[in-house]
Amino acid sequence: MTATLTPTTPGAARIHAAFARANAEGRAAFIPFMTAGYPTAQGFPEVADALLTQADLLEVGIPYSDPLGDGPTIQRASEQALGGGTSTRHTLALVKELRARHDTPIVIMTYVNPIYAVGPREFMRLAQEAGVDGLILPDLPPDQDLEIANLAAEHGMAVTFLIAPTSTPARVKLVAEACTGFLYAVSVTGVTGTREGSALNEVPAMLALARQHAKVPVAVGFGVKDAETAAQVAQVADGVVVGSAFINAVKAGQDVAALAASIRAGCTQN
Amino acid sequence: MSLQLPTYPQPDERGRFGRFGGRYVPETLIPALDELQAAYTAARNDPAFLNELDRLLKEFVGRPSGLYLAQRLTEHAGGAKIYLKREDQNYTGAHKINNCLAQALLARRMGKQRVIAETGAGQHGVASATAAALLGLECIVYMGAEDIRRQALNVFRMKLLGAEVREVTSGTSTLKDATNEAIRDWVTNVRDTFYILGSVVGPHPYPAMVRDFQSIIGEEVKVQHQALEGRAVPDAIVACVGGGSNAIGIFAPFAYLPEDQRPLMIGTEAAGEGVESGRHAASVAGGRIGVLHGAMMYLLNDDEGQIVPPHSISAGLDYPGIGPEHCLYAETGVAQYVPVTDAQALDALQLLTRLEGIIPALESAHAIHAAVNVARTMRPDQTVVVNLSGRGDKDVAEVMRLLDLGREQDGIPAAPRTPEVHA
Repeated sequence: MTATLTPTTPGAARIHAAFARANAEGRAAFIPFMTAGYPTAQGFPEVADALLTQADLLEVGIPYSDPLGDGPTIQRASEQALGGGTSTRHTLALVKELRARHDTPIVIMTYVNPIYAVGPREFMRLAQEAGVDGLILPDLPPDQDLEIANLAAEHGMAVTFLIAPTSTPARVKLVAEACTGFLYAVSVTGVTGTREGSALNEVPAMLALARQHAKVPVAVGFGVKDAETAAQVAQVADGVVVGSAFINAVKAGQDVAALAASIRAGCTQN
Repeated sequence: MSLQLPTYPQPDERGRFGRFGGRYVPETLIPALDELQAAYTAARNDPAFLNELDRLLKEFVGRPSGLYLAQRLTEHAGGAKIYLKREDQNYTGAHKINNCLAQALLARRMGKQRVIAETGAGQHGVASATAAALLGLECIVYMGAEDIRRQALNVFRMKLLGAEVREVTSGTSTLKDATNEAIRDWVTNVRDTFYILGSVVGPHPYPAMVRDFQSIIGEEVKVQHQALEGRAVPDAIVACVGGGSNAIGIFAPFAYLPEDQRPLMIGTEAAGEGVESGRHAASVAGGRIGVLHGAMMYLLNDDEGQIVPPHSISAGLDYPGIGPEHCLYAETGVAQYVPVTDAQALDALQLLTRLEGIIPALESAHAIHAAVNVARTMRPDQTVVVNLSGRGDKDVAEVMRLLDLGREQDGIPAAPRTPEVHA
């Protein structure tokens, strides 16, 4: 865990506190992901509630028609959610409902186009009103558009950018310094949900580099699917993101809360 | 050294054409894009690379393509002389091969043995497969299931050339989804794979690099127009625009001339069943600014940012966005972008075929329609150059179906109705 945190926004403070609480318990923060409106607009709150029984932070994805950083699992979930009428504004309304029942920090994962389409300022206003704590922007390297990050901060939210195993040291520094919520390290070169086995070879070196520059906690995601892989990641990361596994569980009619409890238990740092 | 790649003032260092373009991609790809940019910069200044590209363009592709005075079409229009820039004469049948050969050479130079590509109508896929075969590279082409059905002949050609064609069934099963899938492949295999992108879209440096490789079209026009007309710059240039690579190829060498020396430049967007119908692929006329496939551009997307599936009679124009440099031209008035409908394109295809004996691709037929219209308003001493980006072989079956041929009871196809090109 990074020693001193200087959160710049209320959202950042809540995110940092969630990491700090988990880490104080000897755990990596458990960050489940779910696509808003999946499996249906009506069914989503129940799934989210189940995840929130275990989550240190919840990541909610805005369903998007062209999610080029995602693998087939999340892509199909997005298509299904869009087919059911859930997209940007509806996602923020769903988050608002969740925030009425839960204190757990909620971060939104979104591609940038929905932000531009709604209008960056209007999007941030709606997100703030919904109680969103932070944004994860998989197709926005921080040097592309500083306005988004600045607007998020203006509206009390934190921003998370991503690093990958291909990131050069200079890129790691640039991305790490731009993050105000947490830093998201992608475990593999690839899209979500695609890692085979437990090829986490590249993660420790990547995180060591990231920690030299990040003033925020560092979480790892992509291909973490069960307690075992979560445990491996938890040895080196402040947080563990799990997405496709929960979509698959919902699709298969499995007990989401039980899977979440199992993975959370796997997040032990020792 | 006989070949030089042109240098243009756009994009800026960050890959922006004004506010358009950029690199909106997963971080995984940023180092690969930096690597590509460095490799391209080195290659474009390396005589060995340029000489080999030049040799292949001449000996393998058959360049320069002709600049042909279409006399009967000119008489039909009754105004300016209409010249056709004959990219349909290129080996593999379209302008796509110019860019594919250059990128494949770059891939080999970078030590990448595996290339991937996306394709809609199949022309870019065939050109990529051809270049890969020539240079001994492994080639995988992503193609939407719907396009695979519509372009069976091109699918077979790619396979014959040794490429693997991967069917894409996500989203709308067309070009945009094939592009998503190619980008996902690249994100996953970025360390040993070169992505041969087919148009002036995608993250920087692709829009600039593809433009540079296609600029040979406009550069040849300067020389040929000088020889034929005693001046390098035509009065008007017309080209069809999907992503926009053939159009940029013929526009860019003229776009940065001083305003009073620039030709009138017209890009034709596929208006499908009409822009007002909602069933079209006209990103400037019917879109709004957004981000897709790594670049900011005019884009068909709804008020919550979801991409609206495009429609065009022509699979090659069936793309929801338009290259960022075209967006800048549109915004600053350097070029005009006009919608041309499916029906107008089909009429223009028949018109050119009957009057000149040239069957154009449905894509290029969009440009023919607008060229006739603009020529009509001009003087006989003026010239219009139309980029005939590709030949119509791939579309013949689809055109036959559309014209309702082959349904005659005696088995003899009826003559198509006489086309009228409306002013």
